[in-house]
Amino acid sequence: MPDYNWPDAEHRTLIGKRISRVDSPIKVSGRAKYTYDYHGANMLFGKILRSPYAKAKIVSIDTSAAEKLPGVKAVEIIQKPGTTAQWAGDEIVAVAAVDESTAEDAVRLIRVNYQPMSYLVSDAEPPAGAGEAAGPMSEDDIDDAISNQVPDAQLAQSLQEYGVAFKVDDDFLNDMKGEGASDAVLAAIRQASYHAAKGGGHSAYQKTAAQTHGDPDKAFAEADVVSEGLYGAPVIVHCCLEPHGSVSEWTDKDHLFTHISTQNVSGIAAQMADPLGVSAANIRVHQDNIGGGFGSKFAADRWDITAARLSKKAGGKPVRIMLERDAELKVAGARPSAYARVKVAAKKDGTITAWQSQSWGTGGPGGGGMPPVPYVFGIPNQHKEHTAIRTNIGPARAWRAPNHPQAAVITMGALDDLAAKLNMDPLDLWLKNLEIAGPRRDVYREELAIAADLMGWKEKWRPRGQNVSGHIARGLGLSIHTWGGRGHESDCDLTIHPDGSVDIKMGTQDLGTGTRTTIVIVAAETLGIPIEAINLYIGDTLYPPSGGSGGSTTPGGVSSSTRRAAVDAREALFAKVAPALNAQPADLECVNSTVRVKGDPRRSLTWKQACSKMGAMPLTARGHNDQLPSKNHPDLTNSGVGGVGMADVEADLETGIVKIKKMVAVQDCGLIIDLKTAESSCYGALAMGISYALFEEKVMDQATGRMLNPNMEFYRLAGLNDIPELVVHMMTGKGYDERGVIGLGEPPVISPGAAIANAVANAIGARVSFLPITPDKVLAALNVTQKAGA
Amino acid sequence: MQDHPLKDEPKEKVDENSGVSRRDFLKISTISAAAVPILGTKVVQAAGEPVKVYGPGKVPVELIVNGQKHALQLKPRVTLLDALRDQLEITGAKRVCDRAECGACTVMIENKAVYACSVLAIEAQGKTITTVEALMQGETLHSIQQAFVDNDASQCGFCTPGFVVAFKAVLDKYPDATPEQIRHGLSGNLCRCGTYHGIHLAIAQTTQKGA
Repeated sequence: MPDYNWPDAEHRTLIGKRISRVDSPIKVSGRAKYTYDYHGANMLFGKILRSPYAKAKIVSIDTSAAEKLPGVKAVEIIQKPGTTAQWAGDEIVAVAAVDESTAEDAVRLIRVNYQPMSYLVSDAEPPAGAGEAAGPMSEDDIDDAISNQVPDAQLAQSLQEYGVAFKVDDDFLNDMKGEGASDAVLAAIRQASYHAAKGGGHSAYQKTAAQTHGDPDKAFAEADVVSEGLYGAPVIVHCCLEPHGSVSEWTDKDHLFTHISTQNVSGIAAQMADPLGVSAANIRVHQDNIGGGFGSKFAADRWDITAARLSKKAGGKPVRIMLERDAELKVAGARPSAYARVKVAAKKDGTITAWQSQSWGTGGPGGGGMPPVPYVFGIPNQHKEHTAIRTNIGPARAWRAPNHPQAAVITMGALDDLAAKLNMDPLDLWLKNLEIAGPRRDVYREELAIAADLMGWKEKWRPRGQNVSGHIARGLGLSIHTWGGRGHESDCDLTIHPDGSVDIKMGTQDLGTGTRTTIVIVAAETLGIPIEAINLYIGDTLYPPSGGSGGSTTPGGVSSSTRRAAVDAREALFAKVAPALNAQPADLECVNSTVRVKGDPRRSLTWKQACSKMGAMPLTARGHNDQLPSKNHPDLTNSGVGGVGMADVEADLETGIVKIKKMVAVQDCGLIIDLKTAESSCYGALAMGISYALFEEKVMDQATGRMLNPNMEFYRLAGLNDIPELVVHMMTGKGYDERGVIGLGEPPVISPGAAIANAVANAIGARVSFLPITPDKVLAALNVTQKAGA
Repeated sequence: MQDHPLKDEPKEKVDENSGVSRRDFLKISTISAAAVPILGTKVVQAAGEPVKVYGPGKVPVELIVNGQKHALQLKPRVTLLDALRDQLEITGAKRVCDRAECGACTVMIENKAVYACSVLAIEAQGKTITTVEALMQGETLHSIQQAFVDNDASQCGFCTPGFVVAFKAVLDKYPDATPEQIRHGLSGNLCRCGTYHGIHLAIAQTTQKGA
């Protein structure tokens, strides 16, 4: 069997080096084409009328005036009278017209009568005694969850955890399928166990079952020190710079061609097929480049289905629906909030003994789950309760490292306060407790030492509030994090042509993470040719399927499938070339654009000469990575990483303004294919972390139920001048490289928020409980401390 | 009662090519009966002065983009950004916030960086418009672009053309710009992937070369 294993360090010429992103030149010169840049011939512009109410029954819809407006080519009712809009911005009616302004005018002519209903857009701490135990799900619960776009994984988990309160039959399953339930959700409904209904099920506050490990009561009673605090992170949005959306056209009555901004090129057709009544095989999906996804672009969304329906009504003309900025921020993705009251106990020497948390938060209409607290540290005695709040703020979507940044803010904040109470340097507290930090404990030890060194931690660290010069307070904070990885399902076709040219076809996508660069490096390394010699085609369902880019599974998936395809193609080439070199195929190697006999470099052909021995036909090899590692022989990927984030901040005690002075990230991710883009993922994550730590929050207006800041002025992102010196160190070499490839999209974004929150506490001597750490909160925290001290 | 805030606004000149000034618009809005929707231009009397009214239908618009003249028929409410992207299919400038907050649509008008989402196409007539597409010399990247490549200053790349053009506008005005001046010039641009570290390095590379 061919040897698919990654080459060892001395045989790597490209893997692990710093190589410039291959698609940089087209991006910096404006030549890179994105979905929003696609302009089909005779393209129509789609616009959507959205609910102005956070919750309202749709009583009647009159589209007659819009239909009569010259230039309007199609009108599509998305939610019929009788249905209930579940958040402000929920889609009601769409129109397609010859230009954008006509479409906007047409939307204004649509008359909808709503019956506004009471709503909840607050995720403040549930009032005492509010809520009810989450019980088995009713038919209505499931129906609501599906029509409210509760993420599949979340719904499946609820079904598994709570079961159903009714007998599931085929009629119900078919109804849900019609509502758009995915196969995974249908399977979860089928497998859900039956429990008699407990009654209720209508409170906005759903208490999940309390979890207890060990004996927390005893541990708290015996503790030397107990620290209590309040920690949390609000709902934030993805704010992809390229909004969600697509351009769809019917190339004939049975064939749809969709350009869509997606993290999931190969997975879109199957989602569009059912609602459009066409087979997935008749849907072509294409995307060259995507302007950001961050977890929010896996689905064929309601507006994408609508664009295709409008196109059909307009005789197949392309219809573009790209969300306007306000809609993008209101409806196209949000990270659930998570807040917690935490009590944590330790012995005098810093050994953490017990954890207790009452957490709450909202993931929109579905409520959401408990963040994984305590995070990383497997504290032996725990008691945890969580209340999910079902709100009308719009649906949640996966946001880089779902639930982990929130869990880090809560856990690392609580431990940082514990360290302060123990009069310990938090770095020492972390090191003291690494025994309970899971399988990456030794990696954390190594990483913490490196990070401390890069930060100058030991020289710079002072106890809380003791590094103040005039009105400027300085402080350090840290956090650690973990993530999984592995590789998603991926097929790669690699073709060697008789003239020596090589192409690769794969239905993957490059989110700006460097996927293209990863693929060509692996292929070039394997074939011994320069990366420029490889023509890469991705982003189309014409190419072999490759998984959605989520959960940091893409580098594993695509590098494994590419390696397998390239090794097989190389072996096939060796078989054709061997006679010309008077050698056995097994004796050949590809090095420096030659094919030569191992140990006898004089018996050598140039790559081009070698390929000419193939005859007239090109050869194609298909490489496959299975998402089940046990099915890959050998498995070229791995799972489980650890990382450290440290922050050095400055807080102005008069204005409350926090500035970040320096951030350090130390991260492992197995075998790194391209060090340059890997580091960029970490630098970017640090910047994103600064942004959500200091600025970002989806602010809901309690009076109207609408988002107050659906724009980029008041939904603030970090800018160039908010970003200080960033230091990134990737763990490589022995102990790391031989683990195989692990993705990096999620892990480095987890710790920055927690590290910054802790650094601010260290600087000002008070805890700002909730992100974002805005000046008003800093001043309020200082006030509380001063009053307490007075 | 307070004076109307616009009462003392200085009298504006109406540029032949600039469509309707804000002041004219305020005047016209008080005499709506005179401004019947028609194709092309009409002159109406507003507050005793003649005022040219364009639209709301399509009017001829001529744009000079990257050295090339383009004759278009556009509604006067079409922005320069939408004219570039949807009429001329020059798509380097991106539509992100569409209200002058993020800089992704940055182009140069007469060597000045502007948000193309907040300029009407008819206002940009007769002026030299430069987009990111014009920065390469043949197949060679501009030194700013090369610095972005070398320092991996783009990830998804959607904000990148805006940053590059804003950067170019600073250097055109101040060939010996300091890193601080360039950072100031880029403070109207936002990135979501967080490529700022690479941009800082690109600034350093560019200013070192200039020295």
